[in-house]
Amino acid sequence: MSFVLSGLSVRHASVVRNNSLALIDINLSIKQGEQIALIGPSGAGKTTLLHALACAHQPEPGGKFSVFGLQPWAMQPAARHALRGRLFLAPQTPPLPPRQRVVTAVLAGCLPQWGFWHAIISLIKPREPEVAYAALARFNLQDKLYARVDRLSGGERQRCGMARLLVSQADALLVDEPLSALDPTLALQTLAVVQLEAASRNATLVCSLHQVELALSHFPRIVGLSDGRIVFDAPRNEVSETMLAALYRNTPPTQHPESIDPEDTCRPGPSPC
Amino acid sequence: MSIVVNTAVSRYPDPAWRGRITASLIALIVLWPLLIASEFKPWILLDAQSLGATRHFLASFFPPAHSKDFLVLLMQDTWQTIAIATAGLTLALLSAIPLTLLATESLSISRLESGRMRLASAVVRQVVRWLLVLLRSVPELVWALLLVRILGLGPTAGVLAIALTYSGMLGKVYAEILESSEAHATQSLLKNGSGRLAALFYGALPASASELVSYTTFRWECAIRGSVVMGFVGAGGIGQRMDESMKMLAGGEVSTMLIVFVLLVACADLISTFLRKRLG
Repeated sequence: MSFVLSGLSVRHASVVRNNSLALIDINLSIKQGEQIALIGPSGAGKTTLLHALACAHQPEPGGKFSVFGLQPWAMQPAARHALRGRLFLAPQTPPLPPRQRVVTAVLAGCLPQWGFWHAIISLIKPREPEVAYAALARFNLQDKLYARVDRLSGGERQRCGMARLLVSQADALLVDEPLSALDPTLALQTLAVVQLEAASRNATLVCSLHQVELALSHFPRIVGLSDGRIVFDAPRNEVSETMLAALYRNTPPTQHPESIDPEDTCRPGPSPC
Repeated sequence: MSIVVNTAVSRYPDPAWRGRITASLIALIVLWPLLIASEFKPWILLDAQSLGATRHFLASFFPPAHSKDFLVLLMQDTWQTIAIATAGLTLALLSAIPLTLLATESLSISRLESGRMRLASAVVRQVVRWLLVLLRSVPELVWALLLVRILGLGPTAGVLAIALTYSGMLGKVYAEILESSEAHATQSLLKNGSGRLAALFYGALPASASELVSYTTFRWECAIRGSVVMGFVGAGGIGQRMDESMKMLAGGEVSTMLIVFVLLVACADLISTFLRKRLG
């Protein structure tokens, strides 16, 4: 089992106390190597769920949460942080500093495995640039290896973020809307590369998507999230038009809870199908 | 016309308007006694006696002293001043960088997890902040006076005085620059399990490198000025020479030194611009 969540609730990550719950009573279990698409309207809690799975935000006491059979929130902080190295969270906005070179930004995915001095030396002269090259080549970005991040287009940055995912050694990949800046053709290619990578190293893949048709055609299991609750959790052939219509209905824009991180702003999703 | 304006005012009152008026009035009321307390009387500069004194003082500046012996001496002193400023700033950096790492909140993993910091780390951060306040609240001139008594006359006192004050300033401003820079990259690295220092070097540093360099070169410039001032209390360098020239009423020498000064500051500015262009 990669993740087991039962009765888990998570508050919005924000400094203000007593803020509303972003996720309510989530029950979910995910086997190692499973590939899951997370769909639902904007502000449904998809990003919060991915952050909770990545052990980035502490859930409310009461629920149960385990990762690879370990209970991260009962562990010492250092052990929990080591566990984070086995999980890779790719936020929707690619977290690449504009003034950094692509090679460094991609190799940053290796940081949990690298020692401090190794990391510092690599900052001066990139260690293992061939690893970054190979990862970029799978997204057809190998020419940008030594370019600066701010010279890349939005779509190139997003794929550069995915290249970082490829070099990481994580056993679970938690990907937040990897296709939001890509045209339909690139979106298909990128999704295929990520899914192939996850399958080849038997890593669990949880991917939030706004493109419902892509989710249904590429992922065997679909989890529908709305207003912080799981509306359905079903194999793709059991997901019906009525379920989808219900998922994206009754969410007036004013009641959308804010997305989890100010920097991870959710874009308004396209209507399903 | 006035009726139209009035109805517009009453219908869509600007909620900030009264607060702005009140704040401006309060600022004036507070500032007035401050002006009186500081005996702020700029018109004194313009009365006949002051003008005469100023003219006399400035007239002695020309021509700037340019005898060969004096210039050689001045070069040595200038070099010493630059050395004091650079050595002081380097020592300040050595203690400011670890303090910055301790004081920067955006590198806190516990804050990432639950929105607030663990008590122990919050206490450490607060203690470091107080230490930084303590270091920079004592002016370098006071440190220099103290250190001259301990170490005797000479540049060592100046170097240590700059190191003490500037580590407080650098630590505070570095921490603020790092905190105000885009936190997304750093936090995302932390969420993926990288170490705090590695996250700083791969996330926050590229985002704020040019601000950090610009502030550091500005502080180097300030350290040059500071080391001159400290020269007046016997901490060596161009300031000590200037103190002697002032006492001997050698205006020509003072004006040469002022020209050197302008050149030094312009040079620091050039270096800063060059570095920021490279990093920007």
